[in-house]
Amino acid sequence: MNTPAAAPSITPESRPRLPRGVRLAHNEAQGGWVLLAPERVFKADQIAAEVVKRCTGEATFAAIVDDLATTFGAPRERVAADVTALLQGLADKRLLEL
Amino acid sequence: MPGPVQMTTNGHAAANGRPNGAAAKPLHNPLGLLAELTHRCPLGCPYCSNPLEMDKREDELDTATWARVFREAAGLGVLQVHLSGGEPASRRDLVDIMTAARSAGLYTNLITSGVGVTDKRLNDLADAGLDHVQISIQDAEPKSADRIAGYEGAYARKRALAAAVVALKLPLTANIVIHRANIERVDDLVAMALDMGASRVEIAHVQYYGWALTNRAALMPTREQVERAVGRIEPLRKEHHGRIVIDAVVPDYYARYPKPCVGGWGRRSLNVTPAGRVLPCHAAESIPGLAFWNVKDYSLRDIWERNPAFNAFRGTDFLPEPCQSCERRDVDFGGCRCQAFALTGDARATDPVCHLSPHHHVVEERAAAREDAEYVYRRL
Repeated sequence: MNTPAAAPSITPESRPRLPRGVRLAHNEAQGGWVLLAPERVFKADQIAAEVVKRCTGEATFAAIVDDLATTFGAPRERVAADVTALLQGLADKRLLEL
Repeated sequence: MPGPVQMTTNGHAAANGRPNGAAAKPLHNPLGLLAELTHRCPLGCPYCSNPLEMDKREDELDTATWARVFREAAGLGVLQVHLSGGEPASRRDLVDIMTAARSAGLYTNLITSGVGVTDKRLNDLADAGLDHVQISIQDAEPKSADRIAGYEGAYARKRALAAAVVALKLPLTANIVIHRANIERVDDLVAMALDMGASRVEIAHVQYYGWALTNRAALMPTREQVERAVGRIEPLRKEHHGRIVIDAVVPDYYARYPKPCVGGWGRRSLNVTPAGRVLPCHAAESIPGLAFWNVKDYSLRDIWERNPAFNAFRGTDFLPEPCQSCERRDVDFGGCRCQAFALTGDARATDPVCHLSPHHHVVEERAAAREDAEYVYRRL
């Protein structure tokens, strides 16, 4: 059996990235950012798009949170909680690798 | 921070009430295009969604026309294209067709029987940017799987292709159609999908259109079988959470309410047949009196916006009671037009799957008409 492991939990050292087959795209006719995945499309709001754009596999989770907190002038703790929820949700749906 | 809202692009799945976490905003642009590249297929599955009257090879659209259709689709807002058939690998120009879709900016799904895609073909597709592969698989037991497919050795070839897809790190979906011959094995089927390395599995109860309508009595499970199978989905989702996404297509003959077919007629998705006719769904040509325009004569936008056949059942104004005053009117749009026609003779009627339909007894009678008959295999 080559059963995959369940999605790991996100840590400050995680380097999240989109796996092959998941792409962020901007589409005027559909009114903005969309995350394209196998047989499904997720409409991403501006903030979700800003988070996903930073999931390059290079930046750590901690660095992404720092960057977003600075860019949007938001409290780091709240940003960390929101980004954790968003990214863990994507990972559980196999839309993100941690 | 609001997360992303899921929409489905595959008319087939959206049609069948896949439970989404959140409702999609109504969109007037299609999201998905099912490109039926050919009706040729080595398999003979008795539940094939292709029409009984199939397009001939000599009438198939050429590569350049498909490329134009994909550019027009992207301009209309289509995000995903499902390259399907028949078996899409029966087209020698499959790699060129996929490349044209990718160049148009579309997300490309290859929907294959797994028979006829060579390793070289698959490598070329992956190199050219194919996004996702979906392989149909008929059962978890090889002999039964081959019998259902009407093709000796199909199971082994599908497993080999799945392994090659996973080795290339392409995302893989296993599509499993459920009916009387395999409905007791839902757990085994999900275990098989995991073993294949699929990140997603569709457990799709047969929808009775096309060849499945012909074979209905031989495919139809009992209500008890359906309830047991449906009851396994949530426990399996919990057990495999984060490992594999399980999407379920519900068995509508035993449902209480109809499915919002293709997310509403001419609302979210469209189909292009091998010969170029554009349809709101794969079964639409079963409804008489509708003239479907061809991409050889019109642009996709013209067809989407102006073809009277696309406007025939758009919205809900045409619906009779009990739909008009029903609180679910804008949820399921009165169900499926093709099914309403097939079972009542009136495409405007409430889908008789609905327990509120005055014709609901027809569905109950048909579901009870089970018979261990030989399959009528789908052949061109």
